[in-house]
Amino acid sequence: MATPVMDKVEAESAASPYITVTFRVRRFNPEISAEATWEDFQLEIDPKERVLDGLHKIKWDLDGTLTFRRSCAHGICGSDAMRINGKNRLACKTLIKDINPEKPITVEPIKGLTVLKDLVVDMEPFFQAYRDVMPFLITKDTNEPTRERFQTAEDRERFDDTTKCILCAACTSSCPVFWNDGQYFGPAAIVNAHRFIFDSRDEAGEQRLEILNDKDGVWRCRTTFNCTDACPRGIEVTKAIAEVKKALITRRF
Amino acid sequence: MSTTEKTATGIGPVEGESLYNVDNPAPYIEAPRKRTKKTPKSTRGNFEMAAWLFMRLSGVVLVVLVIGHLLIQLVLDGGVSKIGFAFVAGRWASPFWQVWDLLMLWLAMLHGANGLRTVINDYAERANTRLWLKGLLYTATVFTILLGTLVIFTFDPNIR
Repeated sequence: MATPVMDKVEAESAASPYITVTFRVRRFNPEISAEATWEDFQLEIDPKERVLDGLHKIKWDLDGTLTFRRSCAHGICGSDAMRINGKNRLACKTLIKDINPEKPITVEPIKGLTVLKDLVVDMEPFFQAYRDVMPFLITKDTNEPTRERFQTAEDRERFDDTTKCILCAACTSSCPVFWNDGQYFGPAAIVNAHRFIFDSRDEAGEQRLEILNDKDGVWRCRTTFNCTDACPRGIEVTKAIAEVKKALITRRF
Repeated sequence: MSTTEKTATGIGPVEGESLYNVDNPAPYIEAPRKRTKKTPKSTRGNFEMAAWLFMRLSGVVLVVLVIGHLLIQLVLDGGVSKIGFAFVAGRWASPFWQVWDLLMLWLAMLHGANGLRTVINDYAERANTRLWLKGLLYTATVFTILLGTLVIFTFDPNIR
């Protein structure tokens, strides 16, 4: 009985799932140099693992100074949005096998926000825009949770798509208008405004529309669809922005 | 198990020389969207919405005007070879073509100028660059519109 078991173990080790992958990571440490540089890491990794696992291997086994954000590591917290092979993605939702591991995999911080160290950026401007659209329920009579606020299934469906946002900033940092001066509200803030503007229970839709009628509001959107392509949650971001534009126009005319 | 090849080291002296210290602090850079004394109270208004709508509406009208214009000037009735002083004079004798050309001039100039304005807003990085580029743009636009309008209304076919 022991012999077949030994055979199986040997067969498994012979057909190793591991491949060698090069991670080309954008390094930046303001305490050393004002310039960001590329650094290559060679890893033995299962192609069915994720880019985040590769970054963990680097941080835990090769170079502990590599700095990046991640919390839940399962695509919900929105901490580890980064530019992988030139496209904004969540490192924890991108499998190595899906991004051509034969070539070096480039990992950069998301663009348009100040890099603090390696892959960590200053998210403050992003969250400032988020706070500006008042992303919370506002009602005229009372905000006290005295009773349940009923809503039909259809009314809930109206803004269902934009409730999926995890605030990872993949959309906003893929937007060329945001890259220029960072004054544009950005897709994420508009998506989260959309979530309340089209909520039948909320009563401050008018106020939010007025905020987004800003010089740097929805009208700076050039419908390049970068945000829709970048969203790891599959939200139709450009469509949501267009709906806010439409609401602004139909409200005035 | 793993090997590493580094093109640059990520490890530096933790307590190395710094350019700045308590007496010589690093320059403070204001974050974008941060509220400061210089931030205008409100940048809201309907101008951007009007500009956005104008681009769509004028675009639709311009498709008709420009394609019609190109057909008449270049394709129909002998093509480009028929165009001369007499042809233009004959067309501008009718108020219909005067209005057509005037509308096309105004819409095309404003449509193009507004498009370039957004390009400048999106690509110019410094406030001064923006100011100068937009100044140049508006000057050229106003000059072209006024000159064109003047010619359409004061055109004299008997000029010597």
